[in-house]
Amino acid sequence: MRLRARFTKLGKVRFVSHRDLARIWERAVRRADLPVAYSSGFSPRPRFHFGLALSVGHESWAEYLDVDLTEDLDEVTLAALSAQFSAVLPNGVDCTALAVVASSGGLSLQEAVTSSTWSIAMDGGSLLDAAASVEALLGASSVFVTRERKGKTVNDDIRPYVRNLLLEGDRADCEHGVVLRAEIGTQPRTLRPAELIGALGPMWRERRVVRLAQWIDHEDGRQEPLALPAGPIPWLRTDVCAT
Amino acid sequence: MSTVWPRLEPLLARVERPARYIGCEDGAQTPQHAPHKAAWLLIYPDTYEVGLPNQGLQILYEILNERDDALAERAYAPWTDLEVELRAHRVPLFSLENHLPAGDFDVLGFNLAAELTYTNLLNCVDLAGVPVRAEGRGEAHPLVIAGGHCTYNPEPLADFVDAFVIGDGEEVVSEINEVVVDWKRSGRTEGSREQVLRRLASVPGVYVPSMYRVTYDGPRLVAIEPRYRDVPARVEKRTIASLEDWPYPRQQLVPLTEVVHDRLNVEVFRGCTRGCRFCQAGMITRPVRERSAEQVRTMVAAGLRRSGYDEVALTSLSTADFSGIEAVVGSIMDLGDNISVALPSLRVDAFTVGIAAQLQKARRAGLTFAPEAGTWRMRQVINKLIREEDLYAAVDGAFSSGWRRVKLYFLTGLPTETDEDTLGITELARNCVAIGQRHQKGTSVTVSVGGFVPKPFTPFQWFGQNTVSELERKINLLRSDARRSRGVQLRWHDPKATLIEGLMARGDRRVGAVIEEVWRSGGTFQEWTEHFRLDRWVDALANAGLSADWYVHRHRTEDEALPWDHLSAGLHKDFLWQDWRDALEAVGLADCRWTPCYDCGACTGYGIEHVVASAVPPAGGSQGTGQDLSSGHVVPVSLISRRPASAAEVGAGNA
Repeated sequence: MRLRARFTKLGKVRFVSHRDLARIWERAVRRADLPVAYSSGFSPRPRFHFGLALSVGHESWAEYLDVDLTEDLDEVTLAALSAQFSAVLPNGVDCTALAVVASSGGLSLQEAVTSSTWSIAMDGGSLLDAAASVEALLGASSVFVTRERKGKTVNDDIRPYVRNLLLEGDRADCEHGVVLRAEIGTQPRTLRPAELIGALGPMWRERRVVRLAQWIDHEDGRQEPLALPAGPIPWLRTDVCAT
Repeated sequence: MSTVWPRLEPLLARVERPARYIGCEDGAQTPQHAPHKAAWLLIYPDTYEVGLPNQGLQILYEILNERDDALAERAYAPWTDLEVELRAHRVPLFSLENHLPAGDFDVLGFNLAAELTYTNLLNCVDLAGVPVRAEGRGEAHPLVIAGGHCTYNPEPLADFVDAFVIGDGEEVVSEINEVVVDWKRSGRTEGSREQVLRRLASVPGVYVPSMYRVTYDGPRLVAIEPRYRDVPARVEKRTIASLEDWPYPRQQLVPLTEVVHDRLNVEVFRGCTRGCRFCQAGMITRPVRERSAEQVRTMVAAGLRRSGYDEVALTSLSTADFSGIEAVVGSIMDLGDNISVALPSLRVDAFTVGIAAQLQKARRAGLTFAPEAGTWRMRQVINKLIREEDLYAAVDGAFSSGWRRVKLYFLTGLPTETDEDTLGITELARNCVAIGQRHQKGTSVTVSVGGFVPKPFTPFQWFGQNTVSELERKINLLRSDARRSRGVQLRWHDPKATLIEGLMARGDRRVGAVIEEVWRSGGTFQEWTEHFRLDRWVDALANAGLSADWYVHRHRTEDEALPWDHLSAGLHKDFLWQDWRDALEAVGLADCRWTPCYDCGACTGYGIEHVVASAVPPAGGSQGTGQDLSSGHVVPVSLISRRPASAAEVGAGNA
């Protein structure tokens, strides 16, 4: 059976790398004493599948992890697991939703996710300046950025990845200047928020970047790999300025 | 006190591996500061990755935080990229728990485990906004205290550190805390710093260098003597009688980012009496104090459950000598197949490999042995009485049990070493490769060679260290021999760094000027190859009018005053001198854990004894137990036998 966990990465732990986070989850899963499937081979590792990587320094309300188990869990164990995970994960990493998903045949998280929503706080100009930058970018038919890929310098048109940009204005609660809400496509490869900020113009400096959601497109709309529960999450320890 | 986090946060986006600066580890505490609590900042003067696993620091961290009148936070040396940012933005060195400025603590407590970190200590003090020289500090500044193995020769750092702690820290840290709390409660009034230092100087195990006067006669040190009557003429090391009373760390820190030794560590015993003459740790940590097998089992099981680690290391100076090893192995195996057990410092024999094979069911990547020298004669000189047969049996056991790589540690530049002894290293390695090839094709054996640095409180403290060119010559001998030997991979330490380690290890107070100049010229992280530059040290020595020959390469005489003569590790100086003479004649000495006491002084001087978990010596034998030394044509001798040995020391092995 395959277990899918949705979790946060907020506050100081945003400086933890993707690889380190995988190790943190390995220890958390061992502490929860789950029947985890291990890879075979010389150095067996638990069978984990992470979604899209998050850059070091960026925060998130919507990270995902799939864990393969060798035995099915009963309802009672499952219900208690989110809180149990949160208790053994570092402050800022909280499990917000958990479900059993189809374990084979389907696409991996990384392949299935088609877009993500970001909150990007920047400084370097006024709200009006930001409006002009956003308008210019959305109005362009193509926007090229230079990237290093497999040791080569390539020019990629990132415009198709920018699905929507919305200015949220100054946010007094966060003291982070101009805040942009961005919908970014993730297939076939993703556009990093830092690249988007660069494409908006040289004056913009990243202040705080938070991934709010990941989305899977369907013919009749889109949905999250795992939605947040409707009510409050009592074990959520995160005390950071929210989205 | 206010947190530097808001100022630090934007800087972290620009540096490598920022996770090492955020704290948040499992096991980290969030201490509440208060006027009645002495605030300690425990600092390891190297990177987080190297410093976090340090058990000494973690033990003191817990002991202090358990006290009502103390609290402790931690800091590590910021890497060079963050240092540039900190200095540019005037952000001080900070603690990881509350991200408070280092200068706001009452004590900066350093762990000194390696000589090449000394310039980092100065840098951390400076980044804290505290004057690097002790004489420049006042009531507003924290006390700078250092502990750890390097403090057995504290003199090179005497101008920069207010007080050194010699020996085990578990008990003395609380005694120091009482002095610091009084100082804090009394409001750190004008002139009180001097009084506090004077009080600290009378705490057993604490050495306050400013309370001592040093006299020289030309280059020669004459004496280091107390300035005041109430200051002890000789500072004795502290030793806890029972490790069992200190089951720390109870909540080992589990870092969020990968560090060295990233696993649960359980110290199974402290001290070692094998008597390897080059080994400072084995000399200064005597006697042997084992935990009970039951306590080790509990610490392992509880630690794994709490941390989520799947690896545990049973640490000590020679874990296969732990008399409770078989009882512990059995119980660890019950914990499950996915738990792997590391035995650092493996003893060189087949029995030990058998133990390792039982413990490491998965991931048999490599095993490391330390024969230390290439010929039996040389091993008698250093009293590491491993026969070639023992090594070959161990290597055969390793390869036949599925290990793929074997690594061998050696020292070069040892007393009386000839080129034949040096080349014995590659000879042994070739034979190990041949043994491996019986089990698997393309076997390779890695040989790691380090230049020998004579250390204080060892029989070799009088020995003149090999010069850089002599060490380079020996390494080149080995390189050309290894090139002709299929399957022997040679690695070596930079002899230039070995020279500076030697300068710190046995230098006197005058060497402090050299350390300061190297630090001022940007020489931090000297144990990192990419940052070590010998020319900085050579220039600083010249500017201070000091000679490396004098401090490092010269053989010392019996009547010479040594910079650490006013300190004591319990060992009688005449015992060490006799052991030095015996070394030169290649005479071995037995392990006193299981044979009669030869009165080195470590037990008798302090009224303590070996503490062993089992009255029966472990199978495979330690020196002087089951090991057949006669095949080497020499039976070890007991040098001095002044009193009958107690039952605990003799054990059933001699009954």
